[in-house]
Amino acid sequence: MDIGLLASIINAILVASTPLVFAGLGALIQERAGVLNLGIEGLMIVGALAGFATAVANYPLIISVFAAALAGGTLASVFGLLVLRLYANPVATGLALTLFGLGISALVGAQYVGQAAPKVEVWLIPLVNHVPIIGQGIFSHDPLVYLSIIFAVGIWWLLAKSRAGLVLRAVGENHTSAHVLGFSVRGIRFLAIIAGGALAGIGGSYLTLVQTPLFVEGMTAGRGWIALALVVFASWRPLRIIAGAYLFGSVSILQLHGQAFGISIDAQWLSMLPYLVTIGVLVFIASGRGRSHSAPGSLGITFKESR
Amino acid sequence: MKKSNLVLGLGALTALIVIVTIFRGEKEVVEIKADGITAGFVYVGPVADAGWTYEHDQGRKAVEKEYGEKIKTVFVESVSEGPDSERVISQMAANGAEVIFTTSFGYMNPTIKVAKQFPNVKFEHATGYKRHENVATYSSRFYEGRHVLGLIAGKMTATDTIGYIASFPIPEVVRGINAAYLAAKSVNPNVKFKVIWVSTWFDPGKEADAAKALIDQGADVLMQHTDSAAPMKIAEDRGIYAFGQASDQSSFGPNAQLTAIIDDWAPYYIKRVGAVIEGNWTSTDTWGGFNTGMVALAPYGKAVPADVQVLADKARVAITEGLLHAFTGPINKQDGSVWLKAGEKADDGTLLGMDFYVEGIDGSLPQ
Repeated sequence: MDIGLLASIINAILVASTPLVFAGLGALIQERAGVLNLGIEGLMIVGALAGFATAVANYPLIISVFAAALAGGTLASVFGLLVLRLYANPVATGLALTLFGLGISALVGAQYVGQAAPKVEVWLIPLVNHVPIIGQGIFSHDPLVYLSIIFAVGIWWLLAKSRAGLVLRAVGENHTSAHVLGFSVRGIRFLAIIAGGALAGIGGSYLTLVQTPLFVEGMTAGRGWIALALVVFASWRPLRIIAGAYLFGSVSILQLHGQAFGISIDAQWLSMLPYLVTIGVLVFIASGRGRSHSAPGSLGITFKESR
Repeated sequence: MKKSNLVLGLGALTALIVIVTIFRGEKEVVEIKADGITAGFVYVGPVADAGWTYEHDQGRKAVEKEYGEKIKTVFVESVSEGPDSERVISQMAANGAEVIFTTSFGYMNPTIKVAKQFPNVKFEHATGYKRHENVATYSSRFYEGRHVLGLIAGKMTATDTIGYIASFPIPEVVRGINAAYLAAKSVNPNVKFKVIWVSTWFDPGKEADAAKALIDQGADVLMQHTDSAAPMKIAEDRGIYAFGQASDQSSFGPNAQLTAIIDDWAPYYIKRVGAVIEGNWTSTDTWGGFNTGMVALAPYGKAVPADVQVLADKARVAITEGLLHAFTGPINKQDGSVWLKAGEKADDGTLLGMDFYVEGIDGSLPQ
């Protein structure tokens, strides 16, 4: 195989994986705080639309990313109010959030169908971009790819090393104890939901700004659900989200290249793969051997202050 | 306390669902009043999808323009296939539509069911195969368009590699690949087709990834049988060529689009509504190509040289006049066995059930 092709394959894998990294981190930060949000798909697509709409209006990339985060965060705050304040069932509310996001983005986004956004500039990382293969494959990307890795490391540091992260994990592991210790369970969860929504929104915007790049309704096409599966796959660890997302990206890109080379692989098996792995991880956790990898103790359980 | 919170939560959830339902926006047909007759259209997607449904709606508008005062049209968009469509179709019939076009394969059984309840209403179902005394079916010979696209692709490729993004291995898609390949091969003996099956009709991200993979492997002309304009946009960004799908997609690829297959339903809709107005409508099965105007091509892109335009036009005219068939022997199947002898033309039965590649295409059809 020639070197140029290998480099473009690696490049394409990173591009295909980046939305999943952002969305996976968005789901992870909520789940570590004990919130199960099945609305990631809906949050992604409103972010996709907001990012695209600002890009079409010729705002710089940073504004588009900010708009996507704002759109995702705003929609997520509705979820937060319903689940934390009104004690709505989180599973049903999350599903409704997905439907709502898909619906409203289709309604508002109709006017953007067929429009073109300016191309996002590639940032060549000095020196290393001249290295063969990885120079073009890894160090010649748009800024969002680098940002996704910075976010993953940042969230890892936040959760593992900082006091704020410790509090967030405490709320996720045992909300009653955290409450007794005087932490505002609902306040912390609300912040986690907004942060998670913003991340999912940025993930969606990567689709419309770089990967595709255009807007049509329903274009997230199930990536929000893959992101949720990734969190389990990563056993709730931020750095493993990167690994999982890249693994999934590799599988989907190599599958396409394999077909173009004339190697036939059943695409259906590959589509099933992330979910099969997720089921496998769940079984492993349930078997007791993977105790340290298990889900946050209070995940998905509604918290009510006793009055 | 607990109970009231539950009620509050459920209330909020219900409100959210109601809002969602409103925004998802099925515009229900409420009342129909017209001096002339009323034609109804049921669409599977939104009219702004820039593809399949958009073209059906263009057909509806053409009917309105053609018959003016004598006709009123109504439509319901984004109707999911299945039980929901049965409700929409029967409501339309009950409200007095004389003829109803149901424009997606999945409306087949609901259409037949409602047709039996409303024997005086005429029904027209697109792409299906079940008919009734008041249900006609219609579809288009898109493979005729693919033949012309194949000729252009074979002439335009510098790398002798055409990338083809395919959805599912159903006869219609396989037919398109075969027709395009045979045509490309006839003008460029060195041409190779690289086919990627993406197992979806619509996933812009995946279609874009497939387009990039094909380009990275040397394809410099892309064809697609999926519904989004993503491959066209990628072709534009990478500076190669592509063909539009279902609609003119030159807004996504002003330099990249060589031409596009356009589903033009207007001539058929005008003819069939006319038959209803004149009272001589009968249940028919239509599979129209260039000759009926149901398959059309977008204007050639500026990259297409004059001699290629002439070649493409000649083929289009010959097909229209019945002088040329896209599948004329000698053609072997992929395994080398004879399919059509020299001069023999493919029959519709084989075309409708096509489940094999022709000789020369690499790779195997997914099952």
